[in-house]
Amino acid sequence: MRPIFTVVDSQILVITPQPYPVPTDELLLHGAGLCCIRQDRVLFEQLDFRVHAGELVQIAGKNGAGKSSLLRILAALVAPDDGSLYYRQQPLTAVASDYAANLCYIGHQSGIHEQLTALENLSFWRSASGIAKADDFALLAELGLAGLEDIPCRMLSAGQQRRVSLARLWFTRRQLWILDEPFTALDQTAIAMLQQHFAEHLQQGGAIVLTTHQNLSMAFTRQTTLELAYRW
Amino acid sequence: MFKWLHPYAKPETVYRLCGRFYPWLMLSGVALLALGNIWGLAFTPPDYQQGDSYRIIHIHVPSAIMSMGTYSAMAIAAFIALVWQVKVAQWSVTAIAPIGAVYTAIALITGMAWGKPMWGTWWVWDARLTSELILLFLYLGVIALSGAFSDRQTGAKAASLLAVIGVINLPVIHFSVEWWNTLHQGASITKFAKPSIDPSMLWPLLISILAFKVLMLALVCLRLRTAILQNEQHRPWVKALVEE
Amino acid sequence: MVALSTFVQRELRLLARQKADWLNPVLFFVIVLSLFPLGVGPEPNLLRLMAPGIVWIAALLSVLLAAERLFKDDYRNGVVEQLVAARQPLLSFVLAKLFTNWLSTGLPLVLLSPLVALLLSINSAEFVAMLLTLLLGTPLLSLLSVMGAALTVSADKGGILLALLILPLYIPLLIFASSAMEAAAMGLPYHGQLAIMLAMLLFAMALIPLAVISALKLNVS
Repeated sequence: MRPIFTVVDSQILVITPQPYPVPTDELLLHGAGLCCIRQDRVLFEQLDFRVHAGELVQIAGKNGAGKSSLLRILAALVAPDDGSLYYRQQPLTAVASDYAANLCYIGHQSGIHEQLTALENLSFWRSASGIAKADDFALLAELGLAGLEDIPCRMLSAGQQRRVSLARLWFTRRQLWILDEPFTALDQTAIAMLQQHFAEHLQQGGAIVLTTHQNLSMAFTRQTTLELAYRW
Repeated sequence: MFKWLHPYAKPETVYRLCGRFYPWLMLSGVALLALGNIWGLAFTPPDYQQGDSYRIIHIHVPSAIMSMGTYSAMAIAAFIALVWQVKVAQWSVTAIAPIGAVYTAIALITGMAWGKPMWGTWWVWDARLTSELILLFLYLGVIALSGAFSDRQTGAKAASLLAVIGVINLPVIHFSVEWWNTLHQGASITKFAKPSIDPSMLWPLLISILAFKVLMLALVCLRLRTAILQNEQHRPWVKALVEE
Repeated sequence: MVALSTFVQRELRLLARQKADWLNPVLFFVIVLSLFPLGVGPEPNLLRLMAPGIVWIAALLSVLLAAERLFKDDYRNGVVEQLVAARQPLLSFVLAKLFTNWLSTGLPLVLLSPLVALLLSINSAEFVAMLLTLLLGTPLLSLLSVMGAALTVSADKGGILLALLILPLYIPLLIFASSAMEAAAMGLPYHGQLAIMLAMLLFAMALIPLAVISALKLNVS
């Protein structure tokens, strides 16, 4: 088995190229006429949504505009109140398992159990994504968590917890990433590092959908912004 | 068959259908209830053993039958809601549950009232009364669960799942209670088990049962219409309806 | 099946770190048992007569108490949501939860049964019956409670709601378990009751994991 990643120097983590079985530019996810109603309020309706391989889609909008709800619909957690989703031109309901196997969703909550250490949380998500073995220590060190591997996560700061949560993006082989506010609580270095990693993922034909309040400081080759208006 | 039924799963269609059936169901339900109960309570001969107190069967038996019938109706709706994700079916589960609970409560109260002259006490742990009490708990669980979530849709889905779980368990519960009752032979009296009933008493009873059934349908129509309006209040057709 | 052992390991680790979660219900069980003699009087024959009911009601309450928090943490920190999105690992997660829940709440009750026998003046034949019914019954009890916990994980009001949902489903178990113990007290055979309890357990083992999965799915939607 090839190594999933190798440490080249102490700063940059390089992923060995793992070509996806699809050409870039393929339409990965298509939402047609999406509508979402929460607590008797229409968040959005007649929304058309497309994600291609190699594309980063940023969803912007005010608090309560429905960004997280849209992500949860795209991650197939919630059925849209109207409209339908297609994964590689096929109805999502028909290929749900394929889709889930190709998706990495990190929601608003980090998925980190406070009583478990960084290392335990990371290895839990690693085996949950079906990856048997990897050097978790090196990865955590890369993310600036050296020396913090063995303390319960409740002792870590919010930013450090977020780093533990995002660490799985470094070993996952899923093509589509759906991330809810990934930059929350991260400092500048971590944000730069994460964006660098995004760029690498996109280059290999991956796709990313994310929500964020701040503008991305890095320019990606293929980037779309979707602005959700707040509706009463 | 499913293709033929599918258009009827549209909330708007169901709303209009319920609206059309409701007045007829309500009217005939009330008329049948008046006929059956007045006939049964006032004009049938008294029982040779129980005197006049048996007349409560004209309320007790129909409500007991319908308490179980309503549960099966709710479970069928819940099953449809879970398997085909039909929203109207989810809403009907929450619409049906309180009606069934009220029927169950009526059956319990009239059962107790009947027990007082017959057994000399308000409550005995008779198999049927106990089953009815457990059925009431099942209904209350569905109602409580549907109201326990801040999101109404989640509540309706959870209630559907619980109703299906309940109906799978119902036979097990029923037979274990019956077995338990035969084990603890206490004050229970089985003289109501197979009393041959005189036709003069049977007809008003049958009419009352039919009346309870029709009334249940009428109330479901009414409650389902309300639920549809509540859940669909942002859809254009509801807005158009309000403006009319 | 994604690495069931990893999930079990994680749950065991959490149990080791949050001891109150499983020690408190066990303690509660003992306390409820010791309250009964104070309430109805210490007459040994009366206690022996009431033992089946007392044991099984105390067991129900303590298992319910333990189940309530089972999914709360993982729901709040987003683990449940992300596992539902990933689909595949969800079954392993649920099975691990079910197994470790019984290990931490059902098994201690089985282990405590000699103490119960002493407290309630139960003789050895009845003790064997109690041990067997607890061995067969606590897994079923645990399955039912976990299902209730999964159904109500995102509900605004937990606690009493969980009890209301689970109590009616629990009645058959209560009936057969206590009747087996009563039969043992009278020197009658009780294989029939045990067989029915085993049948109910197997039936529940087949269906309840599926119910838990769909309950978790609808709670994150």
